[in-house]
Amino acid sequence: MFGNILIWFVIIPVLMLAGLGVCRNSGMNAIRAVMVIGSTALLALSAYVCIDFLALRAAGDTSEMLFTGSWMWYAPLNIHLAVGVDGISVLMLMLSSVIVFAGTFASWKINPLPKNFFLWFCLLSTGVFGFFISIDIFTMFMFYEVALIPMYLLIGVWGTGRKEYSAMKLTLMLMGGSAFLMLGLLGIYWHSSTDPNALTWNILEIAHNGAIDAGWQNILFLCTFVGFGVLGAMFPFHTWSPDGHACAPTAVSMLHAGVLMKLGGYGCFRIAIYLLPAAANELAWIFIILTGISIVYGAFSACVQTDLKYINAYSSVSHCGMVLFAILMLTQTAMTGAILQMLSHGLMTALFFALIGMIYGRTHTRDIRQMGGLMKIMPYLGVCYMIAGFASLGLPGLSGFVAEMTIFFGSFENADLFHRVFVIVGTGSIVITAVYILRVVGKLLLGPVQDEHHLSLTDASWFERLSTVTLIVCIAAIGCFPNWIAQTINFSFNPIMEAVKNAVI
Amino acid sequence: MDYSQFGQMIPELIVLGIFMIVLIFDVFSKDHASKKFLTPLTTILFGLGTLAIWLIPASGQEIFGGMYVNTTATNALKSILNIGVFIVFLQSAKWVESDEVSIRRGEFYELLLVTLFGMYLMVSARHFLLFVIGLEAASLPLAALVAFNKKHYESAEAAAKYILTAVFSSGILLMGLSFAYACSTGSLYFSDIAKGFVSGNISGLMILALAFVMAGIGFKLSLVPFHLWTADVYQGAPTAITSYLSVISKGSAAVAFFIIFTQAFGQVWAEAWEWMLYAIIIATITIGNLFAIRQHNIKRFMAFSSISQAGYIMLGAVVGTSLGLTAMLFYIAIYIVSNLGAFSVIAMIENATGKVEIDDYNGLHKTNPRLSFAMTLAMFSLAGIPPFAGFFSKILMFTSVTASNSTALYILVLIALINTIISLYYYLLVVKAMWISAEEPKIPNIKGHFADRLALGICVAGIIFCGLVPQVYQYCYDAVQNVACCIGL
Repeated sequence: MFGNILIWFVIIPVLMLAGLGVCRNSGMNAIRAVMVIGSTALLALSAYVCIDFLALRAAGDTSEMLFTGSWMWYAPLNIHLAVGVDGISVLMLMLSSVIVFAGTFASWKINPLPKNFFLWFCLLSTGVFGFFISIDIFTMFMFYEVALIPMYLLIGVWGTGRKEYSAMKLTLMLMGGSAFLMLGLLGIYWHSSTDPNALTWNILEIAHNGAIDAGWQNILFLCTFVGFGVLGAMFPFHTWSPDGHACAPTAVSMLHAGVLMKLGGYGCFRIAIYLLPAAANELAWIFIILTGISIVYGAFSACVQTDLKYINAYSSVSHCGMVLFAILMLTQTAMTGAILQMLSHGLMTALFFALIGMIYGRTHTRDIRQMGGLMKIMPYLGVCYMIAGFASLGLPGLSGFVAEMTIFFGSFENADLFHRVFVIVGTGSIVITAVYILRVVGKLLLGPVQDEHHLSLTDASWFERLSTVTLIVCIAAIGCFPNWIAQTINFSFNPIMEAVKNAVI
Repeated sequence: MDYSQFGQMIPELIVLGIFMIVLIFDVFSKDHASKKFLTPLTTILFGLGTLAIWLIPASGQEIFGGMYVNTTATNALKSILNIGVFIVFLQSAKWVESDEVSIRRGEFYELLLVTLFGMYLMVSARHFLLFVIGLEAASLPLAALVAFNKKHYESAEAAAKYILTAVFSSGILLMGLSFAYACSTGSLYFSDIAKGFVSGNISGLMILALAFVMAGIGFKLSLVPFHLWTADVYQGAPTAITSYLSVISKGSAAVAFFIIFTQAFGQVWAEAWEWMLYAIIIATITIGNLFAIRQHNIKRFMAFSSISQAGYIMLGAVVGTSLGLTAMLFYIAIYIVSNLGAFSVIAMIENATGKVEIDDYNGLHKTNPRLSFAMTLAMFSLAGIPPFAGFFSKILMFTSVTASNSTALYILVLIALINTIISLYYYLLVVKAMWISAEEPKIPNIKGHFADRLALGICVAGIIFCGLVPQVYQYCYDAVQNVACCIGL
C-alpha cells in the first residue's frame, strides 16, 4: 500500500497532524517547522507526480488513470480505497499543494491557538488531497466531507466580523448540498451494475458498465450536480460564499476559494457528467441557466461592494460559475477552458485573499472608502494586487485570459440559439469584471491617501513575499505556457467526451 | 427437565455469576473499608466477563423448547452492549464513591446487572413470555436506579415518571400480545405467531396487535410519539444512569424490536407494519432534532439528540434485511462510544462543579482543552462527520436502506439526510460554546479521576478508529450472516 505514490498525499498530512499533535500552542517554531516541512514535501511530491505522469504519457501509456491502486476497505459493500490520477487530477493536486504552501506562509503569525489552527488546516488539506486522488465514490465523498467540516472551526475561532453566523451558514449550506450528493451517490452505487453481485463504487468500473438507466440518471444527475454545485457557489446556492469568505482568516479564504470551490467543479465533472452522461445531455440546460445567472449576477454584485473581501468573494461566484458553465457546454475546448479556469481562479483568488489579509493586517480595515494611495506606501503589495487584478480581468500573458478565452471559444461551438445566447450573456461579464477590478485598483492603490496613519505602514515581510511570489509565478506560468497544461489534460477528456457522445445515440 | 440446557445461556450465566459475587460481597463485607473494593472488583470482573462473552462462540442452539436461542448475532449485540456497560462502570466509579451514594454502591451495581440480564433475555427470547420477563427485568430496576439520588427532588420525580410510563407501556404491550395470541394458533412462540400473520390475510385485530406491540417497545426506545418521558427522566437521573439509559437500554430494545418484527410479523412486513414504522421514524428523527435545538440543559439536549439517534437506528428495521441488522449493530456500537464519550465529559464536569447548562460550557477550551477536544470529537461523531466513526455508521445505514431501490426508502433516506443537517446545527452549538464563545470560562480546570480518563480514552479511541478500521463492521456483518437464514425475509 505504501508503495503507491498517491497514497502519500494523504499520509503526509496525517503525519503533519501527528507532528502538530505533539507540539504545544506556545511552541510556535516547532509548529512552523512541521508545517513548512510538510507543505514543502507535498509541493515536491506533486511536482514529482506531475513530471512522472508526463513522462509516462510521453512513453505512450494510454490507460485512463495512472498510478492506480485499490485496497479493500469494507468488503461486504465492496468499498475500496481506490486511487488513481489523470491529467486533470494531477493539476488539481499541484494547485492544492501550491496553495497549502502559500497558505502556510500567509498564516505565519496566526493567533491565538496556532496549534489548533494548523491541526484543522491540515485536516482540511487531507480532505482536499484525498478527494483529488480518489477514484472510488465512497472515499471521494468521505474526503469531501473531511474537507468541509474544519471550515466551521477555522472561521468560527480565527475569523473576523460576524464569524459565528457565517461559519454556521457556510457549514450548514455545504452539508445540505452534501446530503443531496450522498443520495445521488447511493443511487449510483445501487445501479452501478446489472449484476447485483458486482455492484461497485469505482468510478472507472461504473463508467465502463454504463448500467444506469435514463430515468434514474436524471434524478441522480440533479442530486449530484446540485450537491457539488453548492460547493461550486452556483446561483441560488452561493450565499454562503460571500459571508464565509469575508469572515474567514486569510489562509482559510485562500484554501477555500482556491481549492475547496474547485472540488465542486471537479466533482460535477468527474461524477455528474462522466457517470451520468445521458442525463447531462438532457438536463444541462437547467444548470446552464443557473450558472449563467451566477456569472453575471456575481460580477454585478462585486461592483457595488465596498469590503475588499466581499468584492473578491462575489467575483469568485462569477468565476466559479464560469467553470460549471463551461463544463456543461459538453465540448472538449470548453472543458479544457474549465480546467484552466479552475487553476487560474484558484491561484489568483488565493493571491487576492493573501494580499487582502496582508493589507488588512496593516490598515485594520477592508473598506475601500477608507483606504487610498497604498501603491506609494507599500509598493510591493500594490504591484502584487495589480497583477492579481489584471489576471482576474483577463489580461493576456496572465492566466485569466487563457482560461476565459478558451471557455467562450469552446462554448460557442454549440451551434443552437440557447447556448449562444447564454455564451454572449456570459461574455458580458468580462466587461463588468473590468469595471469592478479597475474601480478597486484605482481607489485603493492610486487614489489619494485617506488616512494619515497609513503613511507609517510597512511593506511586505519575507514570508509574505515568499507566499505571494509563489502564486504569481504560477499565474504567469499558466498565462505564458497554456499549451503545456492543455497537453497534460488533453488525453483525460477522451473517455468523458466519448461517454457523452455515446449517450446521445 | 434437562438442566444441561442452561449451559447454552453462557452470557446470561456470566452476568448472573457476576451479580451473585457482587451481591454476596456486598452483604458480607461489614466495614466501610472493605466495601471500597466493590467498585474495582465489579469493574474488573465485568471486563473479564465481557471478554468471555466475546470469545466464547454462540452455539445458535434453541433451548427450552425453542424459547431461548443465543445466536452469533445476539452474542455480538451482547458483546457490544457489554463494552458500553463497562464504560458506564468506569464513568461512574468516582460518583459511586461520593458521600451521598457510597453507602448504596452495592445496589447500584446489582440493579444495573439485573437490567442487563433482562436485556439479554429480550434479544435472545423467541417466545413472548420470556421476552416480557426480560423486558420487565430491564425496566423495573431502572426506575430504582433513576431515583438513586434519592435526596434530589428531580431524581425522585424522574423515577415516578419512568415507572409510570414503563408500567403503562408494558400494559399496552401485553394487550397487543394478547391480540396477537388470538390471531395466531394459540401460542406465544414467535414462529407460531408468524403462522397466523400471513400476508394477504390481515384483519383489523392484527393491525391493532401490531400497533400495540410497536407502541410498547416504542416506549422503551423513546420513539415519537412515545417519547414524552425521555427528557425529564434523562435530566433528573444521575448522569451515569442517563448514559446507561441512552445507549444500552436503547440498543437492546432496537435489536429486540428487529427480531420480534421480522420473526413473528415478518410476513406482513410490507402490508402492515413497514409503513407504521416509516411514519414513526420520520416523526422520531425530525421531532427529536427540532426539540434538541431549543434545549439549554445539556442532559435534556442529549435526551432529544438520543431520540433522533434512535430514529436512525430504526432505519435498519424498516428495511428488515440482514444488511439492515448489520447496520443496526454497527450503528449501536458507534453510538455507544460517541454518546458515552459525550456523557463522560458531561459527568466529569457535573461531578466536579455541578454545572449542566450548555452556557456553562462557554470558553471551556481555555481551562480544559482536552475535555473540549474530546467533546468536540463526540459531537462530530454524533453528527456524522468524517473521519470520525459516526460518519461510517450513518452512511452504511443509509447504504443498507437504499439497497432495495424502493423510491419510498430513498425519500426516507433523503429526509434522514436533511435531518443530519439540522442535527449538525445543534451539535455545532455545543462546539461553538466551547471554542468560539468569547466569554470567560465558568468551569475551572478539572483533574479527572483515573477511571474517568480511561473511559474517555476508550471512547475517543473508538470514535477515531471504529470507522477507519473495517473490522468492527466486518464483525457485525459476519455475526449476522451466520444467522441470515433465520431472519426470515
